[in-house]
Amino acid sequence: MAEQITSAVESQQTTVKAKPVIRLENVYKTYDLGEIQVQALRGVSLEIYEGEFVAVMGPSGSGKSTVMNILGCLDRPTKGRYFLDGVDVSGMAKEDLARIRNRKLGFVFQQFNLLSRTSALENVELPTVYAGISPEERTKHAMESLTRVGLASRAGHHPSQLSGGQQQRVAIARGLVNRPAILLADEPTGNLDSRTSVEIMDILQTLNNEQGLTIVLVTHEPDIAQYAKRTLEFRDGKLRRDSLVQDRLIAQEVLKTLPTAEQQAAEDAEDNARQEKLTAAEAAD
Amino acid sequence: MDFMNTFRLALRALSRNKMRSALTMLGIVIGVGAVIAVVSIGQGAQYLVQQGIQAMGTNAVFIAAGSNRAGGVRQGYGGVKTLTMDDLNAILREIPIIKQAAPSVNTRQQVVYGNQNWNTSVTGTTPNYFDIRTWPVQAGSVFSDEEVDLAENVCVIGTTVSKILFVDENPIGKTIRIGNLPFRVDGVLESKGQSVVGQDQDDVIFAPYTTVQRKISGITWLQFINASAVSQEASVASVAPITSLLRERHRIRAGDDPDFLIRTQSDIADLANQTQSVMTMLLGGIASVSLVVGGIGIMNIMLVSVTERTREIGVRMAVGATEADVRMQFLVEAVTLSMMGGAIGIIFGLVGSALISNLLTWPTLISGKAIVAAVIFSAAVGIFFGYYPARKASQLDPIEALRYE
Repeated sequence: MAEQITSAVESQQTTVKAKPVIRLENVYKTYDLGEIQVQALRGVSLEIYEGEFVAVMGPSGSGKSTVMNILGCLDRPTKGRYFLDGVDVSGMAKEDLARIRNRKLGFVFQQFNLLSRTSALENVELPTVYAGISPEERTKHAMESLTRVGLASRAGHHPSQLSGGQQQRVAIARGLVNRPAILLADEPTGNLDSRTSVEIMDILQTLNNEQGLTIVLVTHEPDIAQYAKRTLEFRDGKLRRDSLVQDRLIAQEVLKTLPTAEQQAAEDAEDNARQEKLTAAEAAD
Repeated sequence: MDFMNTFRLALRALSRNKMRSALTMLGIVIGVGAVIAVVSIGQGAQYLVQQGIQAMGTNAVFIAAGSNRAGGVRQGYGGVKTLTMDDLNAILREIPIIKQAAPSVNTRQQVVYGNQNWNTSVTGTTPNYFDIRTWPVQAGSVFSDEEVDLAENVCVIGTTVSKILFVDENPIGKTIRIGNLPFRVDGVLESKGQSVVGQDQDDVIFAPYTTVQRKISGITWLQFINASAVSQEASVASVAPITSLLRERHRIRAGDDPDFLIRTQSDIADLANQTQSVMTMLLGGIASVSLVVGGIGIMNIMLVSVTERTREIGVRMAVGATEADVRMQFLVEAVTLSMMGGAIGIIFGLVGSALISNLLTWPTLISGKAIVAAVIFSAAVGIFFGYYPARKASQLDPIEALRYE
């Protein structure tokens, strides 16, 4: 009731703001390790709106992972509240949180976390298994998701038959298969080379631009954060800085400047040839 | 998550590591296979015994001399000397539901023909013995009542004795030496094969009881009386009157143990049944131990599997699996393993018992009950031994699980 009044008041104000999909209200998280108590988060409040692309940054121990765990409904705040899509999920039971994770959130991990010896299609299907829909529906949604990341032709491949970049794309497809409003990515480019990392950021930016997908990304690399629109910097359990990204990088453009795989191969071939000439010259002396 | 879903998920998970799944099932396969085979063989043996007992004649009544309560028909030799031909005649006279009776006087003798000799059992009896035992001759004839009266030196031999002494020769009319006395062979009996206790029933010679008593063994009493009643019910009903008649004749006081044993064919059948049942259950019980071992194997492998799949469990939870979902998945995996193992074990058990029955020329009876029990047991083993790993899996913290190396 109180919320309805608040939103009515808000909508009468001059700023036409959509409701935040994520709202943390003075959130504390304390880990009780017997003798020691670790305060991972100390009074964090923030709002993230639909369609935003947010990078969460900070050194180890800053609380950025803890924030992600709470946003992902994998952990509950010790104090304070978390509103997801306007609903207070801070005190919810585990089963209800699981359902929310299934419907509203998508996860992408640094280490891909795909099931081995399982096809890409089945991997993408995983969240749908817990969504209570028919097997035919599941396959359909999974194929749609794979198509969105451009890997429909690899649907039958196992992770061992896919490159790192392709595996991460399958993981992204998995995260999207139930059409969540929010995608949470934990160092998604951590295990990828520079070109592939940019390709992944390209996909994320496309999803954000074209489908209005809200993306929250944790990274420790400032370069990667430059692809987002907004940065949240954490240190010692508090949100220290909340700023818009200046000179944002557009992945499409960056890709054009990076050498392609063929160009890299050509570069390597030149290096090899030069090396051989040197060795031959030395031998002649 | 509905059951079909979970089941399919479990199958997919198990097929990801087929070798491991197969090895895990092995314990159950062996356990169930062993139980099925043992029970089938045991029941087949039981059937065989029953058949053998039936072949003795359903109206049969055996009276054995001796109060040895170690059940069964064979009482060995010697011991009690009070059972006589007079007893037999008294029974025939005073108990009308007993149709016929024949005596049994047993001894072992060295038997010689030409340069062949053999040690065999020589039983003295009357011609009606072969009626009572439904044991016709295949050649020649049985000795006659007159020959019994005159204690003639005649005999009837079994096929084993015939083969050993005469090889391919026709024994009819030839003379053999029993002990040191000459006996004329009047007939050769039909083959009866092995008895239910594994004895060769054809390794035997029958002669008039009078001859055996007076000229061979020198005893005046009988070891057995083989009688047959007018019907199966009569055979059971005759036990009481025979008992009181013999107690009176042998002057046994009330309260004292009798010096004879009466068994009807149904008594023997029951006893044999009981013994066999106990044997079968005992062996089945031992075989069941391997089922428990198989269950422990499943539990161990599932625990290892849970640890190995910690990350996977974390991902499943992250994308929406509840604790119940995870627990159910691993439980179904365990039960699937155990029931598949059970099914394969049943097949192996049936094949095994068929093979053994071929080898031992023993029939095997496939017990429907045993199969149902095996199925239920396999499921139970899976549920019981799969529960602990399933619970461990469901209680993982998703955040820790995702971080697991």
